[in-house]
Amino acid sequence: MSAVTNINGREVAIPDEELEMNLLEWLREVRDLTGAKNGCGIGVCGACTVLVDGKAVRTCRQKVAFIAGKSVVTIEGVSPPEGPLHPLQQAFIDYGAIQCGFCTPGMVMAGLALLARTPHPTRPEIRKALAANLCRCTGYQQIVDAIEAAAGEQKSDT
Amino acid sequence: MSCDEKRSNPHAFRNDAAAKVTGRAKYADDLKAHGMVHVVPVYSDEVHAELVSLDVSGAEKMPGVVKVITADDVRRIGGQPTWSYLIPDYRMIVGAGDHIRCNSDVIALVAAETRAQALEAAKRVTSVTKPLPVVLDAEEALKNPPVFLYEDRVFEGKKNNVVNHYKVRHGRGKEALSECDFILEHTFRTQHHEHAYIEPESALCTLRPDGVMEVMGSMQHPFSTRRFVAAILGCPLADVEVRSIPMGGGFGGKDDTAAIVCARAALAARLTHRPAKLTYAREWSMRESYKRHPYILHYKMGVKDGRFYAAEVEIIADAGAYCSATPWVTFRSTAQCCGPYPVPHVHCDVYGVYTNNVFTGAFRGFGSPQVNFAIEELADMAAEKLGISPVEFRRRNMVRQGSITVTGQALSSHEVTLEKAMDAVLAAANIEEKMKKCSHGVPAEGSDELYGVGLAISSRGMSLGGEGADFNSAIINVNFDGSILLEVAVHENGQGAESAFMLIAAKELGCDVKRIRYRMASTSNIPDGGTTVASRGTLMGGGATVIAARNLKEKMASVLCKKLCCAPGEVTFHDDRIWGKDGAVSMSWQEAGDAFYWSKDYPYAFGVFQGGHVSWDEETGQGDAYFTWVYGCQAVELTVNRKTGKVKVLGMTAAHEIGRAINPPMLLGQIYGGMVQGLGYGLQEEMKNEGGRMKTLNFNSYRLFRAADLPEMQAFFLESGDPNSPSGAKGIGEPALELMAPAVANAIASATGERFFQIPVTPERILARFKARAAEAEAKEHGVGKSEPEGT
Ligand code: FES
Ligand code: FES
Repeated sequence: MSAVTNINGREVAIPDEELEMNLLEWLREVRDLTGAKNGCGIGVCGACTVLVDGKAVRTCRQKVAFIAGKSVVTIEGVSPPEGPLHPLQQAFIDYGAIQCGFCTPGMVMAGLALLARTPHPTRPEIRKALAANLCRCTGYQQIVDAIEAAAGEQKSDT
Repeated sequence: MSCDEKRSNPHAFRNDAAAKVTGRAKYADDLKAHGMVHVVPVYSDEVHAELVSLDVSGAEKMPGVVKVITADDVRRIGGQPTWSYLIPDYRMIVGAGDHIRCNSDVIALVAAETRAQALEAAKRVTSVTKPLPVVLDAEEALKNPPVFLYEDRVFEGKKNNVVNHYKVRHGRGKEALSECDFILEHTFRTQHHEHAYIEPESALCTLRPDGVMEVMGSMQHPFSTRRFVAAILGCPLADVEVRSIPMGGGFGGKDDTAAIVCARAALAARLTHRPAKLTYAREWSMRESYKRHPYILHYKMGVKDGRFYAAEVEIIADAGAYCSATPWVTFRSTAQCCGPYPVPHVHCDVYGVYTNNVFTGAFRGFGSPQVNFAIEELADMAAEKLGISPVEFRRRNMVRQGSITVTGQALSSHEVTLEKAMDAVLAAANIEEKMKKCSHGVPAEGSDELYGVGLAISSRGMSLGGEGADFNSAIINVNFDGSILLEVAVHENGQGAESAFMLIAAKELGCDVKRIRYRMASTSNIPDGGTTVASRGTLMGGGATVIAARNLKEKMASVLCKKLCCAPGEVTFHDDRIWGKDGAVSMSWQEAGDAFYWSKDYPYAFGVFQGGHVSWDEETGQGDAYFTWVYGCQAVELTVNRKTGKVKVLGMTAAHEIGRAINPPMLLGQIYGGMVQGLGYGLQEEMKNEGGRMKTLNFNSYRLFRAADLPEMQAFFLESGDPNSPSGAKGIGEPALELMAPAVANAIASATGERFFQIPVTPERILARFKARAAEAEAKEHGVGKSEPEGT
């Protein structure tokens, strides 16, 4: 009986021989989900972050077995290919939070995990939530702006 | 213009943002090709040695191995394993019989069916080496060399380790030192600084059926990459096509090393007749990629009547084992050896020197951060000695309209706005008030925190300057349906260059930016525009875009004027339409495309922008070093804990002259990012090295600032246009990085009362100084002499 996981809303069976693979490598090479990036391979840059049961997880430090029976959202699953962007994604664009973009998928996932648990974070809370994610381009300022703005929008929605 | 209205949506424009924020953007390692092989490099553990022989037979027998590649294979196909653009000394693969010159050298490549198989096989490559003496200190390599890295190299008439030597002989030089009221004599040291782009190097190369090697890689200079690839393959430039894909950060660091990674992948593709992917692990990237040059800077700065009056300067730049961009980098250090101060008498010698360290090259800032660190500390020290504020000293001394620089250049081609930039920072962060509150080594009652503020100013020559031929091109091609293709010979490094060019073109053509699509750039489409360095992207690429747009308008006016019932000179372009005289008639871009079709002609234009006049005399170091300049100021507020030496940054403020802002949110992003890189340079980033072997190979040991460690920042820009730039825009990439380290050093001095002459100013160095002072005080009590701890 092979393991099952849910990736971006779809059930995926994991063949036994893949359970021991590195999760980041599996997502990128086997599932072709290349949005998660390899920036360090040792769990310190956050470029490989995805959500597992709603929590931000650094996939380069996990085996595939870790997601068995769990639900995974990668950057590819944050908004539909044809549909509108998620408000947080739109805020990243509008606030100039994207330069080279290599950290962006991980930053968006970290931001989503934060907003799920703290819908209206303060700026220091946002900074703390990004502490596992490195960005060399932006100095983080506009990433914090974007998350703060998206949180503000959430407020007006509810 | 400020960043303060952060609550209101700034609506940044970026053509690539949607792809990047959805994970759809494909970076090099996200690409695959049918049947591709995976390539990995093989390193030697040596630092300096003769590579006597190499045995690859064990590796060849390993499962999945397709080919083990050595320098012999390169020679067999007529390629050059050794090449570079200024001095052709870079060993893309070190061959048997040649020398390993640093611990980053690659001695073979393994191509296998999987990456895991390639990695396994790489362990089986063995070599016989004969160690040679190692030299790691650039001053020793220059003045007292235990060994020559290149036995046959002769420079200035003798055998030595010198890569290049620049001079400035200005005014009466060091002679004038004797007339000074006092002289500040100090030696400053800077470190190997890693670019730390978050995406490691990667390349996918395919030998196409038409015989062209197609290269897609994480590199910042497609044309340089093409030259490296053509060299290793021994083929003409036309047989290599380098295509631009998204790149995960460069900061000057993805020129040579990234190009060499592309060249190695291309070599594997050529030899295996299969597509080849070479993706660097972070550890390989940190081990092998070039760094910012460590400098040793000896300054004798003479002050007379409250002004910097005479300077004797010797700067030694550690080039590592290969030349790379060392002459260009040190050119800037030479031309800017006195920072933003028009010192009338200067004698300066700058040397690039070979050592057995990892090589060093282009890094955002390009030879100015090191010099600014020294000069801006000297400015504060001079102020202190004169009993005036650092602000007042700078006001008296800084360059102004018409000032003569140390290379004899009159600053008259543009508006000199340095004082405005400084005033903007002073006002925004209330710096002068805060200066009064600095601790100077004495904390507030009951506190261990020492409070300080510091600032630094700079003037910076734009683009390549006297050492390079500076020109660039752009192509605008209007399709017959009125949609527009734009391509500029400047690479998108992630800074938003493409978006800036689209905005510049839209403004010049009076059309909606949505009409324009930026064409995926390729070295086979457009002529070589030089590298995206020296903050020349917006200036040179933007200039070419404006000129192409003007050429296009002229062409379109000449064809469309009949239909618009006017003379060609009366045709105008605005509101996304093309208009006749006085707006009486107009046509859409689609109608214009249609009209061109029936005239059997093309609405197509090529634009070339040639940088302004520069000149340089090698012997005297006199000339117009740069055709235009920018000015900036940054300040920082911090505390230093006197028990732990830990620094907490409370605020950072920047103001920069940029000519004209094309895309304000992206411009601010460049300033924020630059400030933080500069902060890391000043406080904590350092590639550590033991006997020539790099020890900080990943982000657990090479520490970058994280969001939670940083304060909120303020950034401002000043726009005074510039007649030397067709778009009015100059640049921001590098000015943003070159100021924070000296500002930090000055802030730490105002907090602790201690001057640090070496960056990074780490807690360990601060604590060591505190301890030395305490020991000194104790010794004094016991009547023992005092020593001056310097260079810690
Ligand atoms: S790649 Fe996973 S944390 Fe860096
Ligand atoms: S945008 Fe480049 S690393 Fe964050």
